[in-house]
Amino acid sequence: MTDLVLEPNIDRPDDLYADLLEAHEGLDEAASAALNARLILVLANHVGDRELFRAALAAARNAGS
Amino acid sequence: MTRIFETPLYPYARSRDQDAQATIRHPVIVAGAGPVGLAAAIDLAQQGVPVVVLDENDRVSHGSRAICFSKRTLEIADRLGFGEQLVQKGVRWNLGKVFFGDRKVYEFNLLPEEGHRRPAFINLQQYHLEHDMVSRLRQLQAAGAPIDLRGRNRVTAVVPHPDHVVLTIETPEGPYALEADWLIACDGAGSPVREMLGMGFTGRVFEDNFLIADVTMQADFPTERWFWFDPPFNPGQSALLHKQPDGIWRIDLQLGQSIDRTRETEPERVKARLRQMLGPEVDFELEWVSIYSFQCRRMERFREGRVIFAGDAAHQVSPFGARGANSGLQDTDNLCWKIKLVLDGTAPETLLDSYTAERIQAADENILNSTRSTDFIAPKSANSRMFRDAVLDLSAAYPFARPLVNSGRLSLPCTHDDSPINGPDGLADGPSRTRPGSACPDAPLASGDYLLDQLGNGFTLMGLATDAPGISGLRVVDPGGRITPELRARYLGDASSALYLIRPDQHVAARWSTADGATVEATLARVKAGG
Repeated sequence: MTDLVLEPNIDRPDDLYADLLEAHEGLDEAASAALNARLILVLANHVGDRELFRAALAAARNAGS
Repeated sequence: MTRIFETPLYPYARSRDQDAQATIRHPVIVAGAGPVGLAAAIDLAQQGVPVVVLDENDRVSHGSRAICFSKRTLEIADRLGFGEQLVQKGVRWNLGKVFFGDRKVYEFNLLPEEGHRRPAFINLQQYHLEHDMVSRLRQLQAAGAPIDLRGRNRVTAVVPHPDHVVLTIETPEGPYALEADWLIACDGAGSPVREMLGMGFTGRVFEDNFLIADVTMQADFPTERWFWFDPPFNPGQSALLHKQPDGIWRIDLQLGQSIDRTRETEPERVKARLRQMLGPEVDFELEWVSIYSFQCRRMERFREGRVIFAGDAAHQVSPFGARGANSGLQDTDNLCWKIKLVLDGTAPETLLDSYTAERIQAADENILNSTRSTDFIAPKSANSRMFRDAVLDLSAAYPFARPLVNSGRLSLPCTHDDSPINGPDGLADGPSRTRPGSACPDAPLASGDYLLDQLGNGFTLMGLATDAPGISGLRVVDPGGRITPELRARYLGDASSALYLIRPDQHVAARWSTADGATVEATLARVKAGG
């Protein structure tokens, strides 16, 4: 398995962040949450590897606590 | 017209046992004449074990019960001598459609693997199955098999002893007692035997209610499985349409929690719902309506001394994935040859511990799968629903999301990887699907026959590009000359030769690239000893 990348890996991070906000613009809370859910699933499929996905889940969970 | 579920197939008849001076002892008594109990009885009788089946009723079950029978069940039915009838009568389908809201999101073709005698599954009313099983039982009886099916014999007390069980049985002519060396309890989800022994049955109860309607329909609906998530005619819930033989369709409507059961089963209300679903131009008649909810749970162990539990009595699942009746028939498939060896005195009782180990593994697998299907079909939280809906929306646009859609996962036989009675896997390059603990996949042979039809009811050796050593009491299957591509792919893989030791229930006990008689005999002895 490839290790989960937790070092900076995004070229031009401000642009990517702006893309994310723009995608949610004008959406109400439910539509926004639904978009996020679809986005997670699209990215999860791209990752494919279950262990890598679980590492990402753990990383997300850790940062929030 | 009198229908098969209205006719007493095994009406009460006085047994000599009821007039005996001393209580009669039978080697095996089966409680319950549903599919699981009948399978146990047929299996044992076929092997020459005398068996008495007791049921409080005297006819096949009516109403909406199991309808989907998997390939493994059909293969077991073939071994028990009633597979062909099921397949002749059953409905086959390969095309499924999935709807979300008011649109079809995708359709799929099951594209079953070629080279199997039996289809991936068939749809068939449970009463047809039971009817064919009773016919098979009668056929065995006529041929002299020691099998006795007693209608309107209700078990009212069970007293376990170290080496037998005493039963009290209520009949229309009063009670009598029987003894059994072994009692197999196949008496359903509410198992009176389980209750009488005070054995626990824990798990998860689901709150959702489902309406089942079996309808006869003149409509020219295609033979497909249609599943709706959140359809306009049943907002926020799910619906399933499935074809059965005789022009009958199974319709399954999720109703949600806290409903008024009496009101929901009123024929006019049900018909109004169905008209919304099927369209106003479709004529249909209700054959059966009922409401069910379900549990996913199992007993802690499936054997208590001389009492053994099988089928719904031992474990229950949600209906999604057709894992109820199918797993019950796999229980008795697993159990009966072990009981036979123990009764013959050629195996110790501990062999039966492997029944508990293997079938608990299977029950857990079935519970896991059917619970996951339930979580997808009837999401329990807003968040769970959000991900479910996201999957469905994505499935309309992209193939990647379709495998995530879970409206029931097809029942496949469990591979008993850690079974105490698995022998060695001495075939490093062999296919994973035929490692020890696996149910043998079927394959066509050069002769035009199918492999599973050659396996019989006992232990079998099969040599591929190697000679099977001759061992007394062990049948040898000779695939005959050329090894077909399917047989090669499923049993040899990259290996140049293979020798398989196959259990009476058509599971792989051990395999080697080649082995001598002493090695095989030692393995066989270990399997029979319970590992």
